[in-house]
This record gives sequence, C-alpha cells and structure tokens, in this order.
Amino acid sequence: MQVNGEYKPTIVAFCCNWCSYAGADLSGTNRLTYPDNVKIIRIPCSCRLNPMFILRAFQRGADGVILCGCHPGDCHYTTGNYYARRRMTLLFSMLDFLGIERERTRVEWVSAAEGAKFAATMNEFTAQVAKLGENKRLEDLRCKK
Amino acid sequence: MQEVMKKALELLQNGTVSRILGWKTGDFFYDLTPAVFESAEEVEKDFVFSPFCGANLSKYLIKESRKEGKIAVFLKPCDSYSFVQLLKEHRIIRDNVYVVGVACDGMCDIEKMKELGVKGVTAVREDGENLVCETLYGEKTVARKDALLERCVSCKSKKVVMFDEMLGENGEENPESHRFDKVAELEAMTPDERFAFWQNELSRCIRCNACRNVCPACSCEKCVFDNANSGIANKAAVTSFEEQNFHIIRAFHVASRCTDCGECSRVCPQHIPLHLLNRKFIKDINELYGEYQAGADMDTKPPLMNFTKDDCEPSIVHERGGDK
Amino acid sequence: MQRIGVFVCWCGSNIAATVDVHKVAETLAKEPGVVFSTNYQYMCSQAGQEMIQEAIHTHKLTGVVICSCSPRMHEGTFRKTCAAAGLNPYMVEIANIREQCSWIHKDMAEATEKAVILGRAAIAKVHLNAPLTAGTSPVTKRALVIGGGIAGIQTALDIADAGYEVDIVEKKPTIGGKMTQIDKTFPTLDCAACILTPKMVDAAQNEKIHIYSYSEVESVKGFVGNFHVTIRKKARFVDETKCTGCGDCTTKCPQKNVPNEFNLGMDNRRAIYIPFAQAVPKIATIDADYCTMLKTGKCGICSKVCAAGAIDYQQKDQLVEEEYGAIVVATGFDPISVEKFDEYAYSQSPDVVTSLEFERLMNAAGPTNGTLLRPSDKTHPHTLVFVQCVGSRCDGDGRGKSYCSKICCMYTAKHAMLCREKYPDTDVYVFYIDVRTPGKNFDEFYRRAVEEYGVHYIKGQVGKVVPENGKLKVQASDLLSNEQIHIDADMVILAAAIEPDKSARPLATMLTASMDTNDFFTEAHPKLRPVESPTAGIFLSGACQGPKDIPETVAQASAAAAKVLGLLAKDNLTCNPCVAQPDEMMCNGCSSCEKVCPYGAITYSDKEFRGPNRTTLIRRVASVNPAVCQGCGACTVACPSGAMDLKGFSNKQIMAEVDAICK
Repeated sequence: MQVNGEYKPTIVAFCCNWCSYAGADLSGTNRLTYPDNVKIIRIPCSCRLNPMFILRAFQRGADGVILCGCHPGDCHYTTGNYYARRRMTLLFSMLDFLGIERERTRVEWVSAAEGAKFAATMNEFTAQVAKLGENKRLEDLRCKK
Repeated sequence: MQEVMKKALELLQNGTVSRILGWKTGDFFYDLTPAVFESAEEVEKDFVFSPFCGANLSKYLIKESRKEGKIAVFLKPCDSYSFVQLLKEHRIIRDNVYVVGVACDGMCDIEKMKELGVKGVTAVREDGENLVCETLYGEKTVARKDALLERCVSCKSKKVVMFDEMLGENGEENPESHRFDKVAELEAMTPDERFAFWQNELSRCIRCNACRNVCPACSCEKCVFDNANSGIANKAAVTSFEEQNFHIIRAFHVASRCTDCGECSRVCPQHIPLHLLNRKFIKDINELYGEYQAGADMDTKPPLMNFTKDDCEPSIVHERGGDK
Repeated sequence: MQRIGVFVCWCGSNIAATVDVHKVAETLAKEPGVVFSTNYQYMCSQAGQEMIQEAIHTHKLTGVVICSCSPRMHEGTFRKTCAAAGLNPYMVEIANIREQCSWIHKDMAEATEKAVILGRAAIAKVHLNAPLTAGTSPVTKRALVIGGGIAGIQTALDIADAGYEVDIVEKKPTIGGKMTQIDKTFPTLDCAACILTPKMVDAAQNEKIHIYSYSEVESVKGFVGNFHVTIRKKARFVDETKCTGCGDCTTKCPQKNVPNEFNLGMDNRRAIYIPFAQAVPKIATIDADYCTMLKTGKCGICSKVCAAGAIDYQQKDQLVEEEYGAIVVATGFDPISVEKFDEYAYSQSPDVVTSLEFERLMNAAGPTNGTLLRPSDKTHPHTLVFVQCVGSRCDGDGRGKSYCSKICCMYTAKHAMLCREKYPDTDVYVFYIDVRTPGKNFDEFYRRAVEEYGVHYIKGQVGKVVPENGKLKVQASDLLSNEQIHIDADMVILAAAIEPDKSARPLATMLTASMDTNDFFTEAHPKLRPVESPTAGIFLSGACQGPKDIPETVAQASAAAAKVLGLLAKDNLTCNPCVAQPDEMMCNGCSSCEKVCPYGAITYSDKEFRGPNRTTLIRRVASVNPAVCQGCGACTVACPSGAMDLKGFSNKQIMAEVDAICK
C-alpha cells in the first residue's frame, strides 16, 4: 500500500519459538522500534517452516518473507535449523531461478538475547523490500481484495 | 530388440515370474504405453521394445510389487536409478521383482522426428547410427542422434545400477553429459529475463498433472495438492502464480530424491521444460553440498534429509547472484 | 463453527497507551465466529481471569483469543484459566500485542491496525484448533548407568540409596575407571585408591546395584521412562558365579608377555588376569588375544589350577535385555594419543612419558612399586621437565583440541610437588601457557608447589626434545625473560589433553543424544540444565560432558542422580500434546520423516488397510511416539505428501495465520 508517497510493504516473519520469537519480545521489552508492516508468526522451530507457507504468503500479497531461527548449533531441538538452512537455501535459489527478486526472501539467525539484532534486521529488511515495491511476480491475483 | 521380448517369454515360461512389466503399443505405433503381461500369448501379441520405449517403468512397481507373485521388469539405465531410489524409500518390495537391465542407446522423441519431416511412423528398425522408419508416406531414414529425447541427448549414465540379469553390455556413467548447460544459461540471465522465460513456459501449464503422475519420485499415496488439510489443495488455472506455486512445490518435494529421469518433460503436453526445475535443484545440491546422484546407491542420505554444521547460509543465493 | 471470545488486555497503559483497545475489541467482534469481545485493564489479574471464565460459561465459548503480552509470558496462565472453566487449554491463542506491537510502535493508528491484524490471525488459528489432551506414559523404575568410573559409581550409589534399582555397565573387567590408575589426588594429596575402593565395594555390595562388568551396551530402543536396552556381556571365559578371585590362575598362566593396560603397557601381565588387587568384581578374565588355549587349543593350565572349576573356554558373548526408565551416560575420558606431538620425542625415548604414565610410575602398585625410576635404565631421575597443554588449547593444526583440558595444571602441580617432596635432590621444571587454578584450595596448592617446594614454573613453550647420550635435551623459551632455555633432562612428562572416550560417539547415536564437535555430550542447557541431555531421559555424569576433576565429577554425578530420581519418582510422565501425527491413509512409508527426527520418535510398521473390492493391502506406515516427540516439526516438512502434521501448529493453522496477515 502507498503511504505518503512511499510503498509500505507487507512483511511476514516466521520466528522460532525458542530464540527469535523471544528475541522479538526482547526488542519490544527494550522499546526498539521496527516498522509495523512486520507481522510475526510463531512456529516451534525454523524446521517447521514449510516452503508452502512462504509461497502462500507471497500468493496472498506479502512483499517479503523472512525466517528467523536459533543460530546454527543452538537449536532447541538440536538439529532443526540445520535442515531449515538447507531447505531455505534451495528454495530461495529456486525462486531466484524463476526470476523472483532474491531480496524478498531472507533467513536470519536471531537468539533470544538479540533484541537489538531483531529490530535492526526488520528495519533493514523492510527498507530493502520497500525499495522493490509491490510483489507482482508472485501474487495470485484472484486473492486480491 | 527381439532379445527383450524373448527374455520376457522365457521368464514367463520357465516360471521365474508370473507377470511381465513392459511396453505395448498405444494409439499409434510411436505412442508406447507401460503394460503388464500375464501370459506368453499376451507378450507375443502386444509386447514391444523399440526406440520409443521412453516410459520409465519403475513407478508402476510400487503397486505391482505388492501384488501376488513375482513380476519381471525391464529397466533402462535411467529407469534403474528411479528403481533404486524407490527401493531406498521402501516403496518397492524387492523380493517380488525380477529386474532385467536393458542397455540403451537413447530413446526417440516423436516430436523431433515430426520436425524432421518423419510423420505417420508405422514401424522402425535400427540400422547402425540411423533409424529406418516405415511411414504412411514411404520409408524415411533419420540419424538416431537427431531424434533423441532431450534427456537422452544429455544422458547422465548408461549404467543399470541394479539388476538381476543384464541384457546386452552394461554401460558407464557419463560425467560429460552437459546436462546442466541449459540451467547455467538461465542462471546467467538477468532476473527479468528469467522471469520472462518462466512466465512464458509456466503460463502454458494446464495443470493436467501428467508430470506428477508420471514422476517416479512423485509417488505419494495422496498428493499434497489433493490433501484437504494441506492448505494448498486447490487447482484452477487462472493466474500464473498458481502454476509457479505448483511447480516450485513439486520440484521441492522431489529435490534430493529426483534422479533426473526426465519423464516430467517427456510427458508434458505443453512441452514445458520442467526437468530444468529439477536440474536446478540437482545442480545447486551438487555445488553446495557435494555431488549427489539420487538412486545411485542404497545407503546415502538424501541431501535435504542431511546437513553438515558448516553448510552455507541461505544468503549464498544473494552472494552468488552478484549484481545481476 | 467455533464460538470464539476475544479478550483485549490494556496491560495498564503498557498496551492501552499506543493501541486503541476499545477499537481492537470492537473490530474483532465483527470477525466470523466471534460471539463475544471485550477489553479489560489487566486480563491476567484475578478479576480478568474470572471475566474470561464467566464469558466461557455465558457465551458457551469453544475458543478463546487473548490479545495481550507475549505468549511466553502468560500463555500458561490463560490456558489454566480456561481449563478451570471447562475449556480445553489448547483452545486458547494469544495475540502478542504488547512486546510485538504496543511497545515497538509509537503511532496509535498504526499500532491499533497491527493489533487488529494480529488478533485476526489468532482468531483464524483458533478456528482450526482442536482440543488436545496430554498423554501419559508409565515409567520403568530402574536406571542404567553406562560407565563404571567414579562418575558412574557415584550416580549409581545415589540412585540406589534412594531405593531404586540401578545397573552399571562397564566395558572393562572392573569398575573404578581412570581414578584407579591415579596415585594421589589434588589438592589434598590423599590416596586415590583409599577413597575410591570403598566406593567400589559399596557399589558391589549394594543390593539395589547390579554391575555388568566386561559388558557393553549393544542397542537402545524406546524413550524416556521406557528404554529397552540390550547389553552384551563379553565372554571372559571364566564363570563369574564360580570364580573366587583367588588369583592362582593369574600366577600360573605361562603367557607372561601381555602388555598390562592398567600400567599403560609399562609392564606385563598374564593372559588370564585380574586388573589389580582391588578390582570389583574380583573375577579373572582371559584375554582372548593372547591365550594359547583359545588360540591353539593347547595349554589349559588355568583350568587345571582353578580349584573352583570356573574356567570355561567355551563361553560365548551373552546378550541381556533390560528395561529402564532413565539412562545416565558416564563414559568418561581418555588422554589423547601424543603421537602427533613428536617434537617431544615420545616415540623415541621411553623416558618421555604422559602424565598418566607418570602417575603409575609414582604409584606403589605401579610397575616400579612406587619408586620413581627412569623407564629406560631404571635409574633415579634428577631433572624432570613437565610440558603443559600437549594437545590442549591447540588451534588450527588439527593435531590437538581447541579446548582447555582443565585438570592438567593441577595434576602437574601435584606431580611436581610430590616429586620434590619424595626426592628433594630433583630439579623440576614446568612449562606452561597459563596456570589455571580456579577451585577450592587450588591456587593455594599451586603456590605451595612454587613457594614451598621450589618447582620452577616457566611461562613458555618447549620447542623440541632430543634424546642424546641418555639425556633428553630440552629446548624451550622463557617468555617472561625472553630467553631461550636448554635443559638436560632425565625425564619429560607430557600433560596430554583429554578427550571423550571413543565409545561415546556410537553410544550417542544409539541414544539419539547430541554431541559437540569434540564428541563431548551436549547438555540440554549450558547454564540451567547442565546434567541432562536434550534427549529426554538421558542424563550426563562426569567427563563425558566436558573435562572435569574428581570433585566436579562427583558433584555432577550426584546432580545427575537427583535428576534421575526426579524422573523415577513419577509413576507416569505427562507428554507435550503438540506433537507430530501422521495420517496413515496418506503415508508413503518412505522414511523421510524418520531421517530428520532428532529424537528417534518415528517408527515404521506394516499395517493392513482395506483396499478396493474387499481386498486388503499391506502398507508401510509411520507412527509417532508422542512420549518421545518434542514437536519441532522437522518431519512435517520432510514429508512430501503432507501426511505428517504437527498438532497445535498444523499446516492449515499456519496457512490461516498467513492468510489473515496478508489480507
């Protein structure tokens, strides 16, 4: 949506319950701001993120999707983020292969202690996606309201 | 070619198996279809082995190997990779299958032949490097190499990886297949060019599901796109993204399990080069996680069900892309 | 259709100052399925909770959405509130409008709009929620301790003292572990055997403890509370029930040239042996690699001299199956091989020894009966050089370990001190990177070595050791005075780094317990759960988790025992209901999910299904053990057909949230 002449993108952030979701909470506790375009969905682990969810978000009009999980080696379930890392690498590479702007997808490892990193990441990612403007290549136009 | 039919007869007659999985003629001579033969009479009547036997028979064994009695199957090199991959996934009951490996010089693409002016083919025989075709319009000769299916032009392996018996000499893997050339060519384009390329290709998709139905890796009891609980079980060819979504998910689901048999592209009625999506994943896996060939063995873990602690980060996609 | 109640919390002004809570409640009231929507100052207060409960009754709510602080804060509270009002606790969803909304946004309109969207997503999810019930699984009230060193013994004794059965599996013929080889212990210098052997005897005599010596764990199946373990009792060719431990056989055996591992190969034992006098159990063992009878069928002397008739050359490995509720790993450590550090001439001179070998050379029960003699010529050494950090804190070259082995500074101070005390005519040098002595009375101990015993501590590295004319030429640097030093030493003692026992890695695989890159077992939380493995029901005791000295090992061993007791005291375990669940009708049986499960929670079985035309089909399908599954969801993505889904975070639920947000 356009707000004051600037494009305001919709960003979906999938956050693992144990690290990044807590990191997001921490950035709130510390009153570190990031744009309200970012909406967080809590998942138990980064390995729960099914590529279908990302495509669905794009299909329904999201402009950017970011996955945040525990740092490699720190997964609450010991190995989940390693699988997530491979899956997302391949998926993003495929999206890029189909000509979809690679700047619309991202994975960032944010621990429960990194409130500042969470906020900074969201600020940066939102700005990056805003620059690209509306996601036209991935949208399912039937879903537009 | 007679040798294959003879073997089928022999296996039935000596009681090794009670059924044969092979090919028979469909609506046209060049339109072969997989079939199960239960008697010598059926084999003699319908069994065919010709340069049009592109169809990969492995997938049919999921159901056939669960039936009563043993079945013999003829596997070309590329089919044997699918066979091993399915075995690895516990989909085929090995004890119920007798595998006859058949050497392969590449299978033919009727579309290519039509472009070469060979239409209405009614019979074909091999003559050295050439195929001599009887057609409705008289005899025509084409060089085999000009008539090959795309996947056979860049054949990755002439080696049957698992068999009980081999007909003809088993071949070797071919590391010089150049099968990733087209993928590399696309990678070198700008994102806009790539988008245009794929929009042009995928917008032709009619969601007939032929690619899915033929794919040996797409052998789910029930496809996720048919599963009401998956959240994506809808099918309507209205906008472009619906198709992209389908093909991305499909390629993702077979990633690290796809043996690159090329059946998806062979059967696509719209001639969408779907194998390029699979090859993109294979190329990425080879480059990022080490060379991996699905179906080459029984033990290795598929790369997507594996990891190392120092795998590359997803940002490599951005870094590799540079400023393109 | 669900009947959903929405409760918007002000959190005083924490939320209400930036989010228009009235507007949020009003807007969400119009969402489909919402039959009641309200706002209140403090939803988590007694009054707030009662308001929720009353609404559940009055409006017959089937789902509740609370727009409040983070679920990490009060999800548990609100679940309990609703459960008390008769609503399934898993029919509650929290929209996080404080930490992730009101606290980060300043503009009221924006924050309010976002709060509405977050509320919508929670409502969309609740629509698809289903009541979940936490299952229970029974607990087998028996523990297994793997490894019978001081860690394992202490853990077993503590568990047994509390009244529970416990088995120790020890791969060597005797329990006791590394501590049996140690002479004196720092910082008190009491004799290791004097404090260890009574514990070994206690363990043997405790009727709740069963010791499987000369045995190894063969396989582990099951899960917390219900482990099924196969133990391989290796053939020792001696009937345990008959052997009296008299030792006659060990003196008559003609095969005298077997390197004695107890003394690290510095002397020999017989082919039939009892490792040392205080071994527990005190039963002879035949070393099949050296026994003439077992190798050629000719000899049989031990059988002839055994009055008890305990020798059994036909004995075979025996597999024992046992059930346990908890497993404690106490596999301990080993010094690394110093072969890669050949600059210290270990392979060239017998007078270059490791610290553990030095321990044996000082020990009254050792190869020299406690008199310190050079291994090469059995003379009394005058100059001794101790080299610290051989393979510890060693980066990059791949020879050693990056970590600090922790115990070497102290035992080297001990060795140096004992040396100077027993043999005042010796010169003792210690080369170190840093001297690390944190611990009760540790630094005092080290200071005594330097100040009272005159040990020469030199900060610097030994460059090389060259054996020459019966001496060891030591070239080193003194970093503090910046000088090159040359010492003609009689003995060089290497403080080899310690590493986890080699059996740890395959064991970790069997237990599905995680390890770090150094093969130390990983704890569930480095600070708050230091004696538990992330895998439920697996506990860690001693040096298998990281380098430790004896007091630390014993403390951790008792801590692990306390955790085990906490588990064994329960009759049933409550499981997390948000676990994976496969749809058997759609399952391919492909094992993709099984390959990514970190807990081994997924198993496969062939099941009969009804096919078309009254036929039956046998299909291989997955099943998830809800007591083992921790609900990470890795399997749900590995599953291509979507047969595997995660309760509480199902595909449909997450998609619904995505849709609500992207609308």
